[in-house]
Parts: sequence; structure tokens; C-alpha cells
Amino acid sequence: MAARAIAVEDVKTGEVTEAVYEHPFVVRFCHWLNAVALLVMVGSGLQIFRAFPSFGAKIPQKDLLNWPKAFALGGWLGGALQWHLTFMWIYIGTGLLYLGYQVFSGNYKQVLFGTRDLPGVWPMVRHYFFFGPKPAQTETYNPLQKHAYTTVIGLGVLSVVTGLAVWKPVQFSGLARMMGGFHWARVWHFAIMWAILGFVFGHLVMVVLHGWNNFVSMLTGWKKDPEYPVE
Amino acid sequence: MSLHTDSRKFRAMNRRELLKLTPLVALGAFAIPKLQTRLLDAGLGLSDWASARLFRGGHLAPTFADSELTPFDKFPINDYDVDDPQVDFDRWTLTVSGAVEKPGEYTLAQVRQLPKIAQNTRHVCVEGWDVIGRFAGARLSDFLKMIGADTTARFVYVECADDYYESLDMATALHPQSLLCYEMYGQSLTREHGAPLRLTLPTKVGYKQAKYLTDLKVTNVLERVGYWEDQGYSSFYGL
Repeated sequence: MAARAIAVEDVKTGEVTEAVYEHPFVVRFCHWLNAVALLVMVGSGLQIFRAFPSFGAKIPQKDLLNWPKAFALGGWLGGALQWHLTFMWIYIGTGLLYLGYQVFSGNYKQVLFGTRDLPGVWPMVRHYFFFGPKPAQTETYNPLQKHAYTTVIGLGVLSVVTGLAVWKPVQFSGLARMMGGFHWARVWHFAIMWAILGFVFGHLVMVVLHGWNNFVSMLTGWKKDPEYPVE
Repeated sequence: MSLHTDSRKFRAMNRRELLKLTPLVALGAFAIPKLQTRLLDAGLGLSDWASARLFRGGHLAPTFADSELTPFDKFPINDYDVDDPQVDFDRWTLTVSGAVEKPGEYTLAQVRQLPKIAQNTRHVCVEGWDVIGRFAGARLSDFLKMIGADTTARFVYVECADDYYESLDMATALHPQSLLCYEMYGQSLTREHGAPLRLTLPTKVGYKQAKYLTDLKVTNVLERVGYWEDQGYSSFYGL
């Protein structure tokens, strides 16, 4: 699926470059709003975790780690819960809006990792991690990008589902049971947060390494000089 | 390439698209202290509203086998003040007031006369830890019937010997697993765990399950919600 391009002629030099409209407004809006919500959810979540930083028994309590207060949000457990239970609506709302838009607009094809992307995975891994040659990019995202984005969206859904099991282990007792009960739902919720943070780290590294055009396109929708063929 | 434009128009187009994102600046309201308090109150209120909608009176909390019980000595004793508020058991009564037909003083014997329910349920603390305990007592709904409570009233409010106070929505008070508990692990409630009478509510978080009860009021209006709630914790916190 090649993106539709326009030709941009520089008014001074007359030089012509291509540009594509890569990210529809809804996607950009959800991306940034969700990014803020994620930051708040992680910060307040870690402050909540500080109230009982363990996954074992209460007696005797063995702390897993002493998370620094400077990297937590809310100041105290009650405050953190207020942030968490407020921004969860924004987090879930942007998630649903994004998923709904992707499905109904067909834009999901740009992101969703499918079986046809499988052959391209190894060449991309070889390029990123083992100094292999850069494979020619045929679509908006390369197979590894698609894999990363698809995975993190799945993790986002799981973060909500495990969160519901922690918040409502009785009303959603079936859900909690699937995760091994309230106790384990809490473990999954925590683990999924770290998996998402792992993605965020990689995502930010890639933006810093070669992402100025990508960064701008997530703000304005338009990407100049796309690195893939366009119509 | 079918479309063509010049760099000036392209920049204007980019600017317009960027401006469309400006509503996101509204999130900055969360950084203004006065607005922050209001917004977070509203957010918590929305969550409490949703919690009340999600609550199903007929849906039971999971129960557990005796083999899954947390040993009694590993069941945490949590108070806001003292472990033992020195309740005089001989003179203790539960003072009932509010929207009830039979207000007055009720003895432990009267509570014990109601059908006794024993259940192994999970106790979840707002901090995140959880234990499974064995609790026995009278259904709060049976007690409300005995005192002739108006169950269309919105809340059941309780006060405790240690000056702790709490409130429950009526739907939770009428839940079949909501107990006026006088036994834990088959023994009379110990002083640390709230003797002579405490609330056991498997559909609520721990701080709702008040100990050392002294007063119970059925009411439509709450002057105070609860000791922790009035400091900013969730008013409903149903599990």
C-alpha cells in the first residue's frame, strides 16, 4: 500500500521534493494525548506501588524495590490514586478512539503486523543489530516497526484489562481468575507496564537516531522526503 | 504524483495541521494547583460513579477453601490509631439511629441471634496487599431488616470506638456477603481485629471494613463519608 504523495516546489530554488500525509489527525491527537496519559499512569502507578512495593505476603513483607519518590506522581497513595483513576479515562478513551478510527478508516493496514511481514523481519533485525545492509523499505513502516507498534498496542489493551482486574477483582472476577486471581493480576499489571516502558525507550532512541522527519510527521501529519516509494 | 504545491503553501498547511493539536494544551490545567484539585476530584467522582454502576448486588465475591486461608497470625492488623481502643465488652451496645423503625441500643446477643454466615473471602487493602481470611457473623441485610431500616435510604453510616467512621452505599450493605462480623478463624473476634463487632465486606476495599463498631445510622445524607475518604480516597471503592 503506497501512500499518496504531493510534489512540493521550493519557492526560492525551484527544487521539487515529495511529501506524504502519513498520520491522520485522529492518530496524531491520540498519540500525544495517550503519551501524556501513559506518563501520568506510570508515574502515579509507581507511587501506588510504593505503598506496598512487593508481590509477596504482607507479613512478613519483603520489598521488591524502593522506587524513588522523585520518579513518582501524586505525593501519597491517595493522591496517586486520584491521578490514576482520572487519567485512566483519558488512557482508555484515546485507546478506544484510536482503535475505532484505525478499524473504520482502514488505516490499520499501515500499522498491523501480519504474516506477509514475516519474511522482512530477519533482514531488518540483521540491519539494526548486526550491521547488515539496509533492506529496501516498501511501506510506511518496516516489518520491525509494524511488529513493535502492533505489540505495544496489544500491551496497551492488556494494561487496561489487567488494570480492571486489579481495580475490580470481584465485579470482574472471571477476568481476575484468568490471570490467576487478584494477586497475580497485580503482578501482570506491573510487568506489562515495564514492557510498555521498554517500547517507549526503544521508540525514543529511534526518534533521536533518525527521526526528525518522523517526529514532524507525528505533529503535522506530513512527511517530507519519505524513505519509501510513493504514488 | 497528481498533486503539486509550493513550499510556502506546504508550510501553511503544516502549520494548520499542527494548530489542530492545540486543544491538547488544555491538559496544562492539571498543572494549575487550584484546577488540579477540582479535575482530580471530578476524575475520582467519575470513577466512583462507574464503580457504583458496575456493582452487581447478586454477584458474589470469590470464596476460598480452608487450605487457601492466610494463617491467622499473618493476617495484618491495620488501624489508623490504636490496636485496642479498650472497648468495655460488658457495657457494649450498638447504637442504631436514622431511617429505621426500631432505633436504640442493640446487644451482641441480638446480633448473634440472626442466622450465622461463615465465609472465606479475600481482604484487599488499598495499598495493594491481600489476604484470605475466615469471617463469620450476621448478614448486614438481616440486621437492617431486624431494625426496620428503610432500605431505600442511600447510605449506612458507622462510627467506631477509636473514632474511626465509615459509610456504605445501600446496595453494598444489602449484598449477601456483607457481614456484621463477630468471629474470625472460628474464634471470637480479638480486640486487634475489631471486637466485639466489625464490618466484613468482600466487595469493598479494606478501609471500608470498619472495626470496633459503636454506632450505625441509616441515612440519605452523609455529613462525613469516611476517615480516609475525607482525606481524598475513593468514596465508593468497590472491588
